[in-house]
Amino acid sequence: MPSYVDTAKCDGCKGGEKTACMYICPSDLMVLNVETMKAYNQEPDQCWECFSCVKICPQGAIGVRAYSDIVPLGGSVAPMMSSDSIMWTIEFRNKNILRFKFPIRTTAEGSINPKNDLKGKNLDDEKLTDEEVDNVTLKRPIAIVGK
Amino acid sequence: MALPNKPIGELPATLDPAIAELETDILIVGGGMAACGTAYEIKKWAPEGTKILLCDKAALERSGAVAQGLSAINTYLGENTADDYVRMIRNDLMGIVREDLIFDCGRHVDRSVYLFEEWGLPIWKTLEDGKTVDGAQGAAPLKTGAKPVRSGRWQIMINGESYKRIVAEAAKAALGSDNIIERCFIVKLVLDKNEPNRIAGAVGFSVRENKVYVIKTNAMVVACGGAVNVFRPRSTGEGMGRCWYPVWNAGSTYTLCQEVGAEMTMMENRFVPARFKDGYGPVGAWFLLFKAKATNTLGENYMATNAEMLKQYPPYGLAKVPASCLRNHLMLKEMREGRGPIYMDTPTAIKNLAANMTPKEFKHLIAEAWEDFLDMSVGQAGLWAGSNIEPEKVGSEIMPTEPYLLGSHSGCCGIWVAGPNEDWTPEAYKIPYKGKNYKGMTTVNGLFTAGDGTGASGHKFSSGSHAEGRMVAKSMSRFVKDNKDFKPTLKQAPKELADIVYKPVKTFMEHYQKTTATDINPNYIKPNGFQKRLMKITDEYGAGIATSYVTSKAMLTQAFHLLGMLREDSEKMAAGDLHELLRAWENYHRLGTVESHLRHILFREESRYPGFYYRSDFDLVDEKNWKCFVNSKFDPDKKEWSVFKKDYIQIIPD
Repeated sequence: MPSYVDTAKCDGCKGGEKTACMYICPSDLMVLNVETMKAYNQEPDQCWECFSCVKICPQGAIGVRAYSDIVPLGGSVAPMMSSDSIMWTIEFRNKNILRFKFPIRTTAEGSINPKNDLKGKNLDDEKLTDEEVDNVTLKRPIAIVGK
Repeated sequence: MALPNKPIGELPATLDPAIAELETDILIVGGGMAACGTAYEIKKWAPEGTKILLCDKAALERSGAVAQGLSAINTYLGENTADDYVRMIRNDLMGIVREDLIFDCGRHVDRSVYLFEEWGLPIWKTLEDGKTVDGAQGAAPLKTGAKPVRSGRWQIMINGESYKRIVAEAAKAALGSDNIIERCFIVKLVLDKNEPNRIAGAVGFSVRENKVYVIKTNAMVVACGGAVNVFRPRSTGEGMGRCWYPVWNAGSTYTLCQEVGAEMTMMENRFVPARFKDGYGPVGAWFLLFKAKATNTLGENYMATNAEMLKQYPPYGLAKVPASCLRNHLMLKEMREGRGPIYMDTPTAIKNLAANMTPKEFKHLIAEAWEDFLDMSVGQAGLWAGSNIEPEKVGSEIMPTEPYLLGSHSGCCGIWVAGPNEDWTPEAYKIPYKGKNYKGMTTVNGLFTAGDGTGASGHKFSSGSHAEGRMVAKSMSRFVKDNKDFKPTLKQAPKELADIVYKPVKTFMEHYQKTTATDINPNYIKPNGFQKRLMKITDEYGAGIATSYVTSKAMLTQAFHLLGMLREDSEKMAAGDLHELLRAWENYHRLGTVESHLRHILFREESRYPGFYYRSDFDLVDEKNWKCFVNSKFDPDKKEWSVFKKDYIQIIPD
């Protein structure tokens, strides 16, 4: 479903230059109305329901109401992110509830070492830097047609 | 809306955008898996002092096809050979593929998967006692020889909600935030003024402020995804956004490159995934991991009852896993003859798996089934929740979707590029420039592509696209080193380019006060209406769902008649705000991609991909006349297209 913003919870990211949802939406849908200082989805039929805005909102103000032309009312899917896992709550139209928790990463956010000191040696062959480091022998086809 | 009219969006466009003129040595256009692969690898190879810039129309953290996450990495070779990887793809794509590119991807791809795991991506493992654990339980990494959990011969399961965030973090840290411009949408490439057929730059605009970017560069990689919402989708209301591939993939890769003369290949190819109906949730884990069967309304397994049909398409139908399009072909027969709906029998699959399980193991199994959706297609979970579909109790309908154009998943349309510098790469697959061959370079000198852009080499998926982006990084580094004295000179002046980019704004400003509602005005067409018109043409005449994927020369002729007028009207697209300007250019890119797709289908007088599309006037796979690439090329000076056959060369034996 397209994302929707809870009027009571959205604080427009406290008048910051841009809201978190506006920053993250891959489809450029979330915008801030500067008069009300509330965000909204400006083009719901181009929403992929990727939940990026829901996951990033610091106020937990964004939800998703499933596509109106497909899905009966009453169900919901809501994520809760932590630094290493995500908790999902699924509520069915019949009010059954499921909860799942899955890991999302095994390292601390911001801790990735991009190996900026590593420099490739031989620019003329087809090895990647880590293949050079590990001294990998690049594969050739086992057999070649006509050879 | 009462007068005075005003643009709808929150960021109004103005007539005089600022012009930022930038110069770089290497420009990366796009921010998905391939572009992040390039960003990670490039500074490790580029000569000291090389300037590198990446432009992403969204935010790197959640852009591209993996923005939402993924539940599996579909290409990890592990114990398999790259030779067998070529054989699998060759069969799945009905025999016509670039085996050099596929082999090259196959021999490098696991290295990117090792990096993902090192960076923090949780990858499921099979322990020595055969038990499986998720990716955060401290099992040894794949690089040390640990066994993944395979959902198929080539696929491995992951906890991939943050897959893209992890890959983007590494890309950003390697390239440096100062070298990345987010929310910058590149809309046109620019050739060099002095040297023919040589890339010199690109032009784009900010989706956040009224600013046009005019960028000069020595080399460039264009990797901004496939094409989505180019055919009328099965859902046309809010559900139009719930397409299978990401809605923001607008064919930019193809249109950008073809307009400056890059040779295109296999643009007739498309992918029509059979997925859970309406939510487009993945079926792979259900088929491969949970061993579920899809049945018609009589409870018959149509792959078995229609097995005879596969024999009509040797050898592609006779393989252990028949080509994807043929599996659709068998399903479509059931639907056409009234034996639908087709259901995935999830209750039986779960019952069979649960037979030897403890309650705890059973609970885990149900969680795995839901994670498959929650990691990559949350909308499907929303559909099941709203419709009271609990998979252990009721089955769920599957259906072929509208067509998608892409080169990294199970499709292979795209751009013709140079193969690797190896003695087993046929000479016809190399593109010499000043005596040297640069893997991944298109036929436009200095212009590279990767991921969905690279034609005739599907089944790279997320990991293969990343690896390909890294290979292209090395190739471009070699290119700028060899051509360090090149001084790019843009064919057009910056102001002229800015006027082209902002033309939809000018059109809007000139006319919007002439009517009382900005969306309805005889002087222009809004991007939304333009897109709907494009989709109606493709759906009705270009082998969309309206005709069950059937077209013919007569229908295509009508499509081109209508597309001709749509192209004329593309000059009259109007945008009152920056979001609409983004949509205007996206739909312009969609138009170019569709024209190429249909032009290729018209030229190829056979039905190479039954189940993906049919030529009613040539309803056969014609191995004698058409086991070849179809390539095309636009001449940017003469504004003329040529379409032609190119030899397929088998490298890996059967």
